[in-house]
Amino acid sequence: MAILFIAQRVTAFVLAAAVAVHLGTILYAVHGGLTAAEILARTHGNMLFALFYAVFVFAVAIHAPIGLRNILREWTPWRGLPLDIVLTAFSLLLAFLGMRAVFAVYGV
Amino acid sequence: MSDVLGVDIWRGTEQGAFQAFAIPRRQHQTVLDVVTEIQREHDATLSYRFACRVGMCGSCAMVVNGRPRWTCRTRVNDVIGDEERLTLEPLRNFAVVKDLAVEMTQFFDKWKAAHGYFEPGPQPEKDFAVVPPETKKRKFADAGIECIGCGVCYSACDVVTWDDDYLGPAALNRAWTLVNDVRDHGQRERLDAVSDSNGCQACHTHMSCTRFCPKGIEPTYAIAGLKRAMFRWDAS
Amino acid sequence: MMRASHSQRGFIAAMLHRLSGIALAVFLPMHFLALATALSGADALDSFLAVTRQPIVEVLELGIVVALAIHLTLGLRVLAVEFFDFRERTLAALSVCLAAAFAVGLLFVLNLG
Repeated sequence: MAILFIAQRVTAFVLAAAVAVHLGTILYAVHGGLTAAEILARTHGNMLFALFYAVFVFAVAIHAPIGLRNILREWTPWRGLPLDIVLTAFSLLLAFLGMRAVFAVYGV
Repeated sequence: MSDVLGVDIWRGTEQGAFQAFAIPRRQHQTVLDVVTEIQREHDATLSYRFACRVGMCGSCAMVVNGRPRWTCRTRVNDVIGDEERLTLEPLRNFAVVKDLAVEMTQFFDKWKAAHGYFEPGPQPEKDFAVVPPETKKRKFADAGIECIGCGVCYSACDVVTWDDDYLGPAALNRAWTLVNDVRDHGQRERLDAVSDSNGCQACHTHMSCTRFCPKGIEPTYAIAGLKRAMFRWDAS
Repeated sequence: MMRASHSQRGFIAAMLHRLSGIALAVFLPMHFLALATALSGADALDSFLAVTRQPIVEVLELGIVVALAIHLTLGLRVLAVEFFDFRERTLAALSVCLAAAFAVGLLFVLNLG
């Protein structure tokens, strides 16, 4: 299915930008130690932050399971519908946990 | 350089064992010289392939000291390691017919499955096609057109090992030359054929095909071209 | 006998990319769960962060940061070859990718202190 390949490459481009920003942010943020108060002070009520990380979460929820699918199909005998079902579940898990984390630090 | 060359040759099919030989070491031996001498003077039951013996046909491809190569174009001096022994095996990723000869059928079936053939269209053309060699498409086609189907790239490819359905670098490279052939009428069908999960998207850019191709063809970039073509077709 | 392709640079690049991807996929759910402790208030997140200040955890964090940087840089290599017809010199490309990734790791370590 070419759609999976295309989705993975498109999200790769999105993640290239998002990860670069994220790494830069983390490097800056951990400077001199990291406390919850410092993190939350920046993220609470910050809509731009929330939108950025929501996009990040959805891109990862698409990108990672497709990558894992390739690996499992190539390195284990597992393939077909059962594999796809498990990976879809993993995708939903990442999306759910990710958005929960975004809401947690946004302050909802 | 010692006087004697030790050679371990695979005997059997997928099941089998290495058999050791010792022959005189000579200054300019090729690996084809070695295996021919062994078959003619030491063990007539050894099976192997060759034809032109001058690097044009690709029949003599096999794995020499772990690397897929043409034996007629491989000097012993260039590949002999510190142990001063040669190890000869049949090409990886092919079923073994016997000893060093492999079954090429699946390789060429995948060539067909990738639509690696010219599609002339329903009507004969009214005139010759004018194809300037400097055009981008023709350059892409010319870069891959010299493939003689020797199977070295297919043998080197890890994805072929991991996924028996994968069409492989040779078939996809040939498909790319045809995608760039402005005279061909089978473009949609060909792109469909190479865009499934066993097609170009399975390539992970390990680049062993490009590394080992004896003709300097770069299947990796041909496959990348197919990926781009796939994106463009799917978007349109 | 070791397969010849396994010593090839492209294979090494692909394996680093693949293994870092697996590490990140395993790590992410834990990362999301950690951040979500903030749902119980800043104190909950703080007590979690206190745990992360142990040396062994900081080493693992460094590993994840480097894994992310490696996956990013080697991913850019793949995107360059696939979409921009980048004709790479594989050793140079691999070296640049890994150097950049380790530079990120180094910056992380320097900033942690």
